[in-house]
Amino acid sequence: MSEQNASRLAGFSFLGLITLLLAYQLIGEIIVRAFNLPIPGPVIGMFLLFISLLFHSGWAKRWIEPSQHFLRYLSLFFVPAGVGVMLHLSRVGEQWLAIALALVVSTIVSLVVTAGVMLLIMRLNTRIGGVKKHD
Amino acid sequence: MTKVEDIWVYLAASPLFGLVLTLVFFQIAQAIYRRFNHHPLLNPVALSVLGIIGVLALFDINYETYFEGAQFIHFLLGPATVALAIPLYQYRQTLKNLWLPIVMAVSFGLVAAGLTAFWIAQSLGASIETMLSLVPKSVTAPVAMGIAEKNGGVATLTAAFVVITGILGAMMANWVFNLMRLKDDRVKGIAIGVSAHGLGTAKAFQLSDQMGAFSGLAMALSAFIAALILPWMMGAL
Repeated sequence: MSEQNASRLAGFSFLGLITLLLAYQLIGEIIVRAFNLPIPGPVIGMFLLFISLLFHSGWAKRWIEPSQHFLRYLSLFFVPAGVGVMLHLSRVGEQWLAIALALVVSTIVSLVVTAGVMLLIMRLNTRIGGVKKHD
Repeated sequence: MTKVEDIWVYLAASPLFGLVLTLVFFQIAQAIYRRFNHHPLLNPVALSVLGIIGVLALFDINYETYFEGAQFIHFLLGPATVALAIPLYQYRQTLKNLWLPIVMAVSFGLVAAGLTAFWIAQSLGASIETMLSLVPKSVTAPVAMGIAEKNGGVATLTAAFVVITGILGAMMANWVFNLMRLKDDRVKGIAIGVSAHGLGTAKAFQLSDQMGAFSGLAMALSAFIAALILPWMMGAL
């Protein structure tokens, strides 16, 4: 989307936001297909939008508020996919113990490992930073 | 007057039914959740999913018919993923200062979640499709589904695992953090975002704004890192 287009849409913040997001998603989908990438289109779109924002700081200011309103409903967007669990009830039924344990334990492990690695590297960082200061 | 059955035939086949059902149940679920002071067990997504499955089972409507209407809501996951670029941009300064701990934590957390889920399912005799569908389950839905689909998993099964994981993460995060005696909201946010994507981020925003912002950042970052490393990891499993 060109800058001219973006500024013309500025007055209609939600319409403008959804146009911006869908346009970036579309570009992402085209790139994924053109280069046969394993990465989903919306993620490419997110990456390209992030890069674009770095070059157009005015854009970001305009879209922060409308995007917060939109992302407030993020959990609603998961509901249709969640209902899809009914398609797999027979599979889940046969393997329920394996699936339940895998989901619960791996979620705990993920929380602990993520927090642990981050704390560890932050501590190493400040220690190296501290040593440099003393020099 | 038209017979009730005729109206029912129209309703059951119309996309409007699935759409309205989803919107109404989600708002009822949110009201219940608020009424009980955001009790973790009453997660609004879990409640609305259970309620909708109940209604569909009661009236013998299949998922395909429901999804004809619900797809309009499902579709918004795409632009919502793109929209994550905006909070990511807002916290670019923090990202710049803490990029190494954040990137390392996100990468290790993602791999740990995927491998633990895979190994537990494997040792308890789950099928290979189930095992592979579990690997990307901590990543936000559109990305996880895309990764599963292209690497031997089943996209709709992964979607279900993603939602269940998000609900579990939102329910258990505070308990795990208390056990770890964790105080830093930035670290908590990153851990929730990696482990429980958007559903965890919604929970993190309730606990503190900073935790929410960091959770959103971790979710966005983990979507990107997952797309880069999980296909490779799943190929190796």
